[in-house]
Amino acid sequence: MSKRTVNFKIYRYDPDRDEKPYMQDISIDLEPSDKKLLDALVRLKSKDDSLSFRRSCREGVCGSDAMNINGKNGLACLTSLDGLDNVVLRPLPGLPVIRDLVVDMTQFFKQYHSIKPYLVNNEPAPERERLQSPEEREELNGLYECILCACCSTSCPSFWWNPDKFVGPAGLLAAYRFIADTRDQATTERLDNLEDPYRLFRCHSIMNCVDVCPKGLNPTRAIGKIKDMMVARAV
Amino acid sequence: MSVVKRTFDAVIVGAGGAGLRAALQLSEAGMKTAVLTKVFPTRSHTVAAQGGVAASLGNSTEDNWHWHMYDTVKGSDWLGDQDAIEFMCRKANEVVVELEHYGMPFDRTDNGKIYQRPFGGHSQNYGQTPVSRSCAAADRTGHAMLHALYQRNVRANTQFFVEWMALDLIRDSEGNVLGVTALEMETGEICIFHCKATIFATGGAGRIYHSSTNAFINTGDGVGMAARAGIPLEDMEFWQFHPTGVAGAGVLITEGVRGEGGILRNGSGERFMERYAPNLKDLASRDVVSRAMTTEINEGRGCGPDKDYVLLDITHLAPETIMKRLPGIHEIAMQFAGVDPIKEPIPVVPTCHYQMGGIPTNYKGQVVVPKDGNPNAPVAGFYAAGECACASVHGANRLGTNSLLDLLVFGKSAGETVVEDFNSGNLSLRPLPSDAADVSLARLARLESQTGGESVFDVGLEMRRTMQKHAGVFRFDALLKEGVARIKEVAERAKTTEIKDKSKVWNTARIEALELDNLIEVARATIVSAEARKESRGAHVRDDAPDTAEFPNGRNDAEWLKHTLWYSEGDRLDYKPVNLKPMNEDTKPIGLAKRTY
Repeated sequence: MSKRTVNFKIYRYDPDRDEKPYMQDISIDLEPSDKKLLDALVRLKSKDDSLSFRRSCREGVCGSDAMNINGKNGLACLTSLDGLDNVVLRPLPGLPVIRDLVVDMTQFFKQYHSIKPYLVNNEPAPERERLQSPEEREELNGLYECILCACCSTSCPSFWWNPDKFVGPAGLLAAYRFIADTRDQATTERLDNLEDPYRLFRCHSIMNCVDVCPKGLNPTRAIGKIKDMMVARAV
Repeated sequence: MSVVKRTFDAVIVGAGGAGLRAALQLSEAGMKTAVLTKVFPTRSHTVAAQGGVAASLGNSTEDNWHWHMYDTVKGSDWLGDQDAIEFMCRKANEVVVELEHYGMPFDRTDNGKIYQRPFGGHSQNYGQTPVSRSCAAADRTGHAMLHALYQRNVRANTQFFVEWMALDLIRDSEGNVLGVTALEMETGEICIFHCKATIFATGGAGRIYHSSTNAFINTGDGVGMAARAGIPLEDMEFWQFHPTGVAGAGVLITEGVRGEGGILRNGSGERFMERYAPNLKDLASRDVVSRAMTTEINEGRGCGPDKDYVLLDITHLAPETIMKRLPGIHEIAMQFAGVDPIKEPIPVVPTCHYQMGGIPTNYKGQVVVPKDGNPNAPVAGFYAAGECACASVHGANRLGTNSLLDLLVFGKSAGETVVEDFNSGNLSLRPLPSDAADVSLARLARLESQTGGESVFDVGLEMRRTMQKHAGVFRFDALLKEGVARIKEVAERAKTTEIKDKSKVWNTARIEALELDNLIEVARATIVSAEARKESRGAHVRDDAPDTAEFPNGRNDAEWLKHTLWYSEGDRLDYKPVNLKPMNEDTKPIGLAKRTY
């Protein structure tokens, strides 16, 4: 079998060394065991140890290796190398770059934290589990699986313009995850928390978030449900 | 290089399940705590656990902690300490229910309780029939758990130092632990975290093997730090090979697949586990299933053009069941095996998965070492929990779902012990020696100035290949002896690795070099301990210790019913007794017996 080569254009920037960012052209020969983009990146790093990126589980559950791949956000570990001969890699858009493909996610997590991402139930804890029917539990499907990779929020124009004011799709998905949980008692407070021209309502249903989510989740639908609840309680 | 000093009541290293669970105890008790983690907490490897967490809730089938304790002791091949095992099994319901109260989205039974599924080695009535003991959130239990624990810590205002890598353990001349040195990845800053209590929850080191289900970050950092600081490592010869890693990719396929009815088949389509474990079949203990699979492959009954894997078959399950109970597995099979498991079986091979050994602790989470004739003397100021620790509840082989339970129970227990010691005034901020950061600074300076050395990647690859070949599912005396020599050579080469990247900012070349130092400690501990243990027990099975009448399954209790202790300095080995006595006098010890499933 002839060697397969992937041609990369990679965003490079080391503030310790570079005056400004640049795009590096570099090619790498794949080994037969290289199946995913992350495999190629690890191979690339074995030749040039200065390339920086985050990675951990390499199976799409930890959310570390989100990046902009040929113009679209995704996880390197879930991106197949099949047919991928030319790859342009950039850090996730809209967040400050720390180095190469590593972005500063402070603002992203700040928004996640702002929705109080934990169950609120002030009744005394029962001795056993709180009961929840399978149907009630089903409401959490498509919500709890979020891996906080930030692909969605950093593909959202509203988040680009107002990262400090708009919660963004990941945070809003988490907000609805708790609203939808029959065990949570803070729906009113959660809606109050989002009652603001920016926090929720800057979502204009552009649906980039749905398009890029590597877990196949639908933040736009969750946001729509929160908006419906807002409307319902206003009338 | 200047070294900043920060002072806390306690420092927790690692923010996976065990670290986060411990952090809750400390934060809620108002202790000034720093949690250091080299990845954002929800990226820790707990996130990858799939099948469930064990607790004898009895929601679907009758169950009690006595049965769970029996299964765990038997699963450990009697190498587990029965006081710690009793403690864990009795605490299981409490910590799982707590997690539910924190918001964990467990699946539910029709009457609204936590859904439980069968799992390997878990049984009713002391080994009789499979029991549904694994509390599950689809096949994403670890993800759901890690996020719930992180979320609870957000509520508790826990202070995290994210993307800080701990480098070395700081001890004074009497051996007391005073904290750690750490490196902030964003700036390259080195800092001393000086504290009264240090809890290690740094996870395992599955990356010493070439084929591993483990994340890149599983580099045994805490285990390596402890070893370099003179703490012995316990039972490091025992590594779990999970029966079902995706062939080639190594990605984990949960045992929950077999819990839901999945079957392993060889090249001729035979359900071969019926021959090896007539009672529990595909749900026998992991070491038993991995050996059976390896035997099938070695004897030419594998699948595929090279007959080098077997098949995990769920095509007989209803597609709705697969999509409801095993959606993540469906995704993984499509992504990493290129098959739709509804229609085609998944190619699997035994893959390194879990480190049974680790930093020796008792069930309170205190790190214990031999001192003045006491084999289990606590080290002042030092605690550990989770995969990096050895309590020892898993002994020679861990049961599936007991790892998530381990990190909840012992994370909480270590946290409680620290809070108790803090409140009773047993903890003090001991003076920091002037050379506290010297070891770390020397390691960094060496990397900074090294020229003409090999790359971290090449030396790491050599280590992983050597471990894979010389200390795998089956172990051979000659291969182990050669492996010891080769790993020692690799360890020498690791001392002169060279990195080209010298940047201060997010220098992952430097991080990987520092991680390799930790991996090397673990690899040495593993192969030296394995070569020395001349019996077969649990996951450690040798060619020269076969199943005989005198030594059933090759196990030699007269000589080897003891814990290994490996010291880094001089590769010295020591041993200590296994605790066969449960915690409470009323609890009956589980007597020694031959393991069959």
